[in-house]
Amino acid sequence: MSENLREQLSLLPAYFQGHLLLTLAAITMGILISVPLGVWAEQSARVKRPLLAIVSIIQTFPSLAILALVVALLGGRIGFLPAFIALTLYSMLPIVRNTVTGLESVSGSVIEAAKGIGMSPNQILREVKLPLAMPVIVAGIRTAVVWTVGLATLSTLVGATSFGNYIFTGIQTRNLVAVTVGSFASAGLAVSLDGLVASIQWLLEKRNEAVDSARLRRIRMSVYGAIAIIISVVLYGLMPQPRADFVVAGKPFTEQYIMAGLLAAELEEAGFSVEQRLGMGSAVVFEAIRNGTVDLYVEYTGTVWANFMSRESNPGREGIRNGVIEFLEEQNVTTIGFTGFQNRYALAMRRDRALELGVTSIEDLIPIAAELTAGSDLEFFGRTEWFRLRDLYNMDFANKLTFDVSLMYTAVAERQVDVISAYTTDGRVAAFDLLLLDDPRNALLAYDGMFLASANAAAQPEFMQAINAFIDSIPDAAMRQANRLVDVDGESINVAIEYLRGEMTKN
Amino acid sequence: MIELKNVQKSYDGGKTLAVADTSLTIERGEFLGLIGASGCGKTTTLKMINRLEEPTSGEILVNGRNVLDQNPEQLRRNIGYVFQGIGLFPHRTVAENVEAVPRLLQWSAKDVRARCVECMAMVGLPFDEYGDRSPLQLSGGQQQRIGVARALAARPEVVLMDEPFGALDPITRSELQEEFKSIQQDMGLTVVMVTHDMTEALLLADRIAVMREGVVLQIGTPRELLNNPSHDYVRDIVAMPRQRAQRLEELMRGE
Repeated sequence: MSENLREQLSLLPAYFQGHLLLTLAAITMGILISVPLGVWAEQSARVKRPLLAIVSIIQTFPSLAILALVVALLGGRIGFLPAFIALTLYSMLPIVRNTVTGLESVSGSVIEAAKGIGMSPNQILREVKLPLAMPVIVAGIRTAVVWTVGLATLSTLVGATSFGNYIFTGIQTRNLVAVTVGSFASAGLAVSLDGLVASIQWLLEKRNEAVDSARLRRIRMSVYGAIAIIISVVLYGLMPQPRADFVVAGKPFTEQYIMAGLLAAELEEAGFSVEQRLGMGSAVVFEAIRNGTVDLYVEYTGTVWANFMSRESNPGREGIRNGVIEFLEEQNVTTIGFTGFQNRYALAMRRDRALELGVTSIEDLIPIAAELTAGSDLEFFGRTEWFRLRDLYNMDFANKLTFDVSLMYTAVAERQVDVISAYTTDGRVAAFDLLLLDDPRNALLAYDGMFLASANAAAQPEFMQAINAFIDSIPDAAMRQANRLVDVDGESINVAIEYLRGEMTKN
Repeated sequence: MIELKNVQKSYDGGKTLAVADTSLTIERGEFLGLIGASGCGKTTTLKMINRLEEPTSGEILVNGRNVLDQNPEQLRRNIGYVFQGIGLFPHRTVAENVEAVPRLLQWSAKDVRARCVECMAMVGLPFDEYGDRSPLQLSGGQQQRIGVARALAARPEVVLMDEPFGALDPITRSELQEEFKSIQQDMGLTVVMVTHDMTEALLLADRIAVMREGVVLQIGTPRELLNNPSHDYVRDIVAMPRQRAQRLEELMRGE
């Protein structure tokens, strides 16, 4: 077994527990809400149409958007709760719809007979309609189970632990083993839970039949086994966990995984227990440090300036630094210090392509931009920086494509696009021999890395002492090389962390 | 026993009457046939007796009490009902179907089971052999036997029947008709049966009410209807079985 696979499998119990608890909680809540709603809808045409419309609309919302909206509605709260609420909402459509359909499909003559022999409306529902509709309702629950297990992988983005941790980390750090383990684990869980629900239904249907065949016993034993596993995982999850002293967080890209791991290791060496919440969305993690759910992470001045302060100007590197520090103080977030590296946006081209076109700075692009294709990450073309660049240089590209970051670099390397919005500390800039274009008109912002701490963490001297050691200790080149180890050379995050520690002590 | 006084039923706020100003008295132990074409109001009349439908005006008394003054579920539990579509519960066993009403009446488990065994024996499907089966494993005739057993399980004095034998093949139908008639006489049941089969009505009923367009045209014993039809429609409808019998006789004599 490779080192990588062993490392991934060692994470399995924690991710399995997170994924299972989240899914079970959401499905259980989904059933508790949706079956009564379905019953209500079946009884009242006035309820039925709007209800089915609402649950259908929820379903058509992109699942990521639902997660983001729930986080926003909870005032920026991250972790289990928003993921649980979003997944519950998502599980509702198949259960509500199948409950309505199942109840409606019960034969009218059976219902009339139930009424005619003197059953009350409640008895008709409980003893006749629900049992007869049960196979259809269970089919809806099974659909919801499969959807929910799959969607739960996205909850990683709002800081809940799931198999999605494998997938997002793996995609960002080009670790295919992690992606594969996460996908198989998620698919395996979906198939198992689906089978469990089907088996329970089968056993309930057969409970009155006297025959106790070998098959019945076998299925009964596996259902009991599965339930025992679930109960023990749930009980373990409900046990008061020793709360970690600090929560270190990171956004979903390689540099952030490395920095979070580095900071966590340092705090652990200083004797603290640390929980890592990786792969969180930018706005989510900033909100979390403000309200103290997260204690420490690496942020960038330009991100705070443009995203959280909504500034459209560019006062230069120092101006941004000062403005950001002042803003963070107001937000009750402590700036411990700067990392030493700057990971900003820069337009980049293949060196041979730049030579061919005679380009060294963005100004050189002005006469030819209308014939070039540009690629960016998911957000660059929507940022004020881009609008400012476009206005200051008075140019626009013929085509603008957006990519996942890894694919953006592949696209420029394979000449599918001419220019990309590269990150200055990205290891792939050197690996693919890209030329970073000068920005003489200062359109693009400075992005100095900085260590942000929650007010609570910043009040603890040992914590501050441990992190102070990192201030201004990581130059651009070291960060770029660490990123390159992961993104280009396929090394694990741990190797990159070790490399950075070596570089730092040399400083 | 059962009294209908000036009962009317309208489904459209009075524009048309499904049942118009009907008065009937059914004596204790009497077997009344309600006959007429589809849509004549016979099934509506039947369903008003146990409040599956409610009269728009008029009164219905069962054992002297207005049905509208009684809890509809309690009322229905004390009146046997045999359904046109049989209406057995497919998710319950045969025995559980027969036991449904005594259970609703909260009899003791022992009494429920004893009565189930008794009723199943009465309709010729022994409990030991059929009790654990699903209704879906029974033939149509067997299903309606269980339907009859279910209607009788709580020892009702009144049994309502809505075209109970209409869906059965002729041989099964005639067997069941005869068996039910003898059960009805043994137990002294008051029965109201809706049918569109005049032969069935003539053979089973003590009195027959002929309905057309919501109105009872004539009510009387089979003999009275045959000999003194008060109305052309009554004459036509009672003449049919007689014409058939005559035709059969002619065939047998080889004419």
